[in-house]
Amino acid sequence: MPELMQFLLSGVTVGAVYALVALGFTIIYNASDVVNFAQGEFVMLGGMFTVFAFEAGLPLPLAALLAIIATAAIGVALNKLAIEPARGAPVVSLIIITIGASILIRGLTQIAFDKQLHRFPAFSGDAPIQIVGATMLPQSLWVIAGALAIFVGLWLFFTRTLTGRAVLATANNRIAAQLVGINTKYVMTLSFALSAAIGALAGVLVTPITLTGYDIGIALALKGFAAAMLGGMGNPKGALVGGLLLGVIEALTAGYLSSQYKDAAAFVIILAVLFAMPQGLFGRQSTDRV
Amino acid sequence: MSLLQIEGLGIDFGGLRAVHDVSFSLGAGEIVSVIGPNGAGKTTLFNMISGVYRPEHGRVRLAGEDVTGIEPHLLARRGLSRTFQNLQIFQAMTVLENAIAGHHLHEKGPVLADLLSLPSSRRRAAEAEASARMLLDRVGLGRAEAQEAGSLSYGALKRLEIARALALKPRVLLLDEPAAGCNAVETEEIDRLIAEVAAEGVAILLVEHDMKMVMRISNHIVVLDHGEKIAEGAPAKVSRDPRVIEAYLGPQVRETADAHG
Repeated sequence: MPELMQFLLSGVTVGAVYALVALGFTIIYNASDVVNFAQGEFVMLGGMFTVFAFEAGLPLPLAALLAIIATAAIGVALNKLAIEPARGAPVVSLIIITIGASILIRGLTQIAFDKQLHRFPAFSGDAPIQIVGATMLPQSLWVIAGALAIFVGLWLFFTRTLTGRAVLATANNRIAAQLVGINTKYVMTLSFALSAAIGALAGVLVTPITLTGYDIGIALALKGFAAAMLGGMGNPKGALVGGLLLGVIEALTAGYLSSQYKDAAAFVIILAVLFAMPQGLFGRQSTDRV
Repeated sequence: MSLLQIEGLGIDFGGLRAVHDVSFSLGAGEIVSVIGPNGAGKTTLFNMISGVYRPEHGRVRLAGEDVTGIEPHLLARRGLSRTFQNLQIFQAMTVLENAIAGHHLHEKGPVLADLLSLPSSRRRAAEAEASARMLLDRVGLGRAEAQEAGSLSYGALKRLEIARALALKPRVLLLDEPAAGCNAVETEEIDRLIAEVAAEGVAILLVEHDMKMVMRISNHIVVLDHGEKIAEGAPAKVSRDPRVIEAYLGPQVRETADAHG
């Protein structure tokens, strides 16, 4: 039994990171129907910027804050330099642009920083906490709390604020959104900034546990994508539930089958979801008018 | 003073002269129709006035202010609103939500108030909802408010688009074929609605193929053919203009018409 508890705890921790990545996908997808495969790079940048700002002598909270702001700025630059000029291109082209951007960001990071793995100290020490016979790092609680806080924030944003609803309106019909006075360019810029900031926050929270390096982004983007697909693309609730589920499934696979099959779990889930219920757990049924 | 002034507007598409040197003006409470055969450049003209295309020549003035080529959302703020021939509706939203979306600019308030659901934010939302319901009743969609917009008939969507445009409380309203796809009864309803809105002082610019409707409600008609203005004036005058008849029916028919007339 303690064994199962241990798997669950580590699964929830990893799942919270996937959920944060998936939440980042949600915003840009809601604004533009684009799945931003550079989302994993935002997580990597959040961690890397914090590491180097911290090693340069800044206090950790300040380093983390700067990292989040810098990553948000890179998100805005990605939109302004690569996505906005290609406006009018099919969604598939835009998705491929984000893949290209992720490769570029990875390459530049490798040159600007290095190829090593890095970490900085955990926020509340490394003394493990005992829970029902299983252990958990205090940093895991930070990750889980971060995912929950971002989820609640986004849920309020999309359901209550006019700006949040303007984002949804933009995704639904860009021209109609402009007609009612919504500045759709601003909506896009805002959603890239928010997505990048959320990704960076995930990077800051998780680096003390998993370490960070220039190439951690791809795997995170794919896992986050699987989580978002499982929960239903575009729905914050789906992103949270999908992320946590995926994390737990991975941990159980690694624990009871073999850790070699851990990564396969995400891809089996993507395939299963695409075959059985393409709209995911909480996704809206898509109806196209013909 | 005229509310909307079009001065020498023109655009080419890769050597094809889509619209050339078109000028006219539109005053408060006036209904001006743009007519012409298919491909005459009516919708292109609309797209230039409403900021969808940036014109290569000429100016658009809204209440004296030069608004040539500025983006649609900025025009919406200045009181110019439009509908589309091929519909631009939030298909995934309900009918009521579509009408509420039209109140976007009037509903704006501090984000924090929205997040905390403060009374001020709830009041703004309630006002927008009440006004949206009123507009839906006005276009005869009151009972359909809970339906998903995508499930409505074409004619109903046309009216929903008008309701959403009216929600912006526009000074100038551009309607691109509002009666297309509507049956005779629906056309008459739209007819009446347009006259009512104009009577409230909104300047209305109309593209419409239903000639009976155009002749009935327009104060002034502008006729386009091959991108150029070939005639303009009161409905009675335009309908007798030989160049207009020629553009619509071809030169031969005109000869026969002359022979008989």
